[in-house]
Amino acid sequence: MNLFAALLFRNRLAAAGAVVLSIIGILALLTPVLPLQDPYTTHMGSRYLLPLSPGHFLGTDGLGRDLLSRLMWGTRLSLAVGVVAAVGAGTIGSAVGIVAGYFGGRTDNIIMRFVDMLMGFPYILLALAIVAVLGPGLMNALIAVAAVNVPFFARNIRGITVGLAHREFVDAARLSGKGHLKILVTELLPNALPVIVIAMSTTIGWMILETAGLSFLGLGSQPPQADLGSMLGEARSAMITSPHTSMVPGAMIFLIVMSINLLGDGIRDALDPRLRSGALARPMAATLVRRKTVPGPTGEGLLRLDDLSAQFHVGKRVYRAVSEVSLALAPGECVGLIGESGSGKSVTALSVMGLVASPPGVITGGAARLEGEDLIGAPYERLRSLRGSRVAYIFQDPLATLHPLYKIGDQLAEAIRCHHPISRSEARKRALKLLADVHMPNAAARLDVFPHELSGGMRQRVGIAMALANEPDVIIADEPTTALDVTVQAQILALLDELRRARGLAILFITHDFGVVGQLCDRVAVMYAGRIVEEGPTAEVLAAPAHPYTARLIACVPELGAGRRRLPAIPGLPPAVDRLPEGCAFAPRCEKATEACTKGEIVLSGAQRRWRCIHPEPVA
Amino acid sequence: MTLALKTEALAKRFPAGRRLLGGPRTFVHAVRPVTLEVRQGETLGVVGESGCGKSTLARMLVGLLAPSEGRIEIEGRALDKADPVAFGKLIQYVFQDPQSSLNPRKTIRAILEAPLRNLHGMGRAARETRIAELLAAVNLREEFLDRYPHEFSGGQAQRIGIARALAATPRILVLDEPVSALDVSVQAQVLNLLADLKAEFGLTYIFISHDLAVVEAVSDRIAVLYFGSVVEEGPAERVFARPRHPYTQLLARSAPAVGRPLAPGGEGELPDPLDPPPGCAFAGRCPKATDICRHTAPALRPIEGDQLAACHQPL
Repeated sequence: MNLFAALLFRNRLAAAGAVVLSIIGILALLTPVLPLQDPYTTHMGSRYLLPLSPGHFLGTDGLGRDLLSRLMWGTRLSLAVGVVAAVGAGTIGSAVGIVAGYFGGRTDNIIMRFVDMLMGFPYILLALAIVAVLGPGLMNALIAVAAVNVPFFARNIRGITVGLAHREFVDAARLSGKGHLKILVTELLPNALPVIVIAMSTTIGWMILETAGLSFLGLGSQPPQADLGSMLGEARSAMITSPHTSMVPGAMIFLIVMSINLLGDGIRDALDPRLRSGALARPMAATLVRRKTVPGPTGEGLLRLDDLSAQFHVGKRVYRAVSEVSLALAPGECVGLIGESGSGKSVTALSVMGLVASPPGVITGGAARLEGEDLIGAPYERLRSLRGSRVAYIFQDPLATLHPLYKIGDQLAEAIRCHHPISRSEARKRALKLLADVHMPNAAARLDVFPHELSGGMRQRVGIAMALANEPDVIIADEPTTALDVTVQAQILALLDELRRARGLAILFITHDFGVVGQLCDRVAVMYAGRIVEEGPTAEVLAAPAHPYTARLIACVPELGAGRRRLPAIPGLPPAVDRLPEGCAFAPRCEKATEACTKGEIVLSGAQRRWRCIHPEPVA
Repeated sequence: MTLALKTEALAKRFPAGRRLLGGPRTFVHAVRPVTLEVRQGETLGVVGESGCGKSTLARMLVGLLAPSEGRIEIEGRALDKADPVAFGKLIQYVFQDPQSSLNPRKTIRAILEAPLRNLHGMGRAARETRIAELLAAVNLREEFLDRYPHEFSGGQAQRIGIARALAATPRILVLDEPVSALDVSVQAQVLNLLADLKAEFGLTYIFISHDLAVVEAVSDRIAVLYFGSVVEEGPAERVFARPRHPYTQLLARSAPAVGRPLAPGGEGELPDPLDPPPGCAFAGRCPKATDICRHTAPALRPIEGDQLAACHQPL
């Protein structure tokens, strides 16, 4: 709630709207007790008095009635009508929308076509028709305005409901024995309610305008009772001679509607989950770097990370996603980086090229060197010239990384032309060659298809082709086969293996799957809670893991051919990286942990094989 | 041994390419006639890749989706109408994504109470006791009851999903990829919990997954689905160790395993569901395919003992 208020008031216009609206609202509520003159008493001797006349702060109207008093009573009436109409239209429209969205099919079709028909009429015509049937009067104007706005709510809420109705919790509710009505009321309504409330609050402004329109035409409130619209209507005849009589209610309508709209926009933005997570804040072009010292290179390697640390700063919390990770890749080598979700393996990979979103990401220490050149803190132009040309990425979901509206061939050509000034036709030829290199069947025809026309495996081939477009030295592959079926996964892994052997590519392969690491990688590094806990040649690590975490993780993964059995699970959960315990992060889940494990810093020791443990498993 | 579940030629087709007036242009056969028998107390593993119809099959089994053809019998009782309320007391479903299967605006208590109230009409006191039993069964603390789903990790949320399924006191659980959204260390915890619950409550499981190793570790028998049909069925210890259908062999070879070289099992993917091939759906990828495979669809038949395969030239 506090977060919501903070987000809302960060938007100055919304805050101004809230202040103006609450002042008007409080005044309208207090109108009956304020020392105002009677709004209906006429004084034919004091007609059209100008504002600031004695006894009449805002002057008087054509019948000598006090304008200030009429304005306050009129505002009160208009606000009440607006709120009631919004609630009425919102309730009926939402009910219609939820029913249509939940049942779908024919019900949905019939209801929504009827709603479309209503929407097809100009709203004022429809309102006029309704008032013509029911007769003039404020109540009938209210009904007309509410009825005219039902389609807006119906459409809006139907859209929300369609999204919700296919969620699994609705199926779960059906299996729990809930009937349709119960599901509508207890499962769908609570989830749609925030949207309904926001839509209602933002439409009060329209409702007031529309009622005012009807009253202006003499179809709404009847004399002597006045809302803001009928005040305007009465003042129309004196618009030239006494403009203040129309300006006073006009200004009030403007203030109310403007403040409601500004506040409504603010509320909508503040409740948008994307804004909350900071996604709408534009990330910087490269990750923020805040490091005190730069460690010297500790060894050779085409790409080497030295004590790389990356954190996420969210509010007062500091998430230590990656802590002092050192890793080296030689040309033609494939290194696996393995860990569970939240272990920091992806953040490590993204940090290399400054691709961690900032804010909230910050690289707080260490270096990432490509042939000796430190990439951390390198100028953005330099990073950009290296991204894709020397170091390329392959991501998990190619549907999310390929642009949905451009053809495959154009996207590949663009990737090439980013780093090589060649002609379009030349780039297209190279794109075709790339698709052939990744064994895309029928490559020539596939240049002119859109990403959604390809299967997952084919899309990942395009992703790989794009990574290869500028003949990089290093490919960082972040779970490239996790979303694929096993038979397709095997094809993609074989392709990556072939490419690295043929081209001498260095691959940093991020995964959670030991089987994949075992088949593809020369060396493997195991991450837990942001640190590397073990590293070494793949065969040795998998055959005889030194760190208890590695050992237990390998043991709890079922292996094909081992038959039916009980798996030795690791109890507990990985620690949250904003509250890392002292000592070894795995100690609370480790059977071998002693008091020494929970104290001080445990270092990663060893040469060819390294581990971060004081009670390692026996290693041959 | 008595049968817990039996399907006879169960099939589902979805209309595709609807015309403006009149019927649909064509049908997509998500599940082609499937005949399965699951014995009491058994775990039947169902394996297949995406698009093979395994989730459609599961949704038909629990009554969420009406079959186009065929029938379902649970413990000898035919369930003709797809009605989750009738099915709910006999067979329950555990969803793949534990978070999205829990209503974000309901407390855990409200989620667990729903089946007790709606399916069994339990009073308040009876519900309290039953919920305490359920939480103990899935190793969750009672203080979690008044929290909301987003406060739980994936493994905890899946335990809640399992507790909800158990609340209906079903005889059979359909587990649709119950651990594939979980990390491996948590995956083992949940698999072991499922094994314990099965023994404790005498349940029958239908365990659906794309992960061959997981299925092999939990199942008594395994059915392999390809393109909507069962292509192989048999005892868990034999199906992957000694596959009879070339597709099963391809699956088993493709599964990444430590210490085995990369063996891509040929190129190619699923056929186009809008334009299915006339013969065996796997013929286009099969190294052994001959003319008969391309023209006549093979029927599921016993190859050796209780191992069945739908193949003209079984391995």
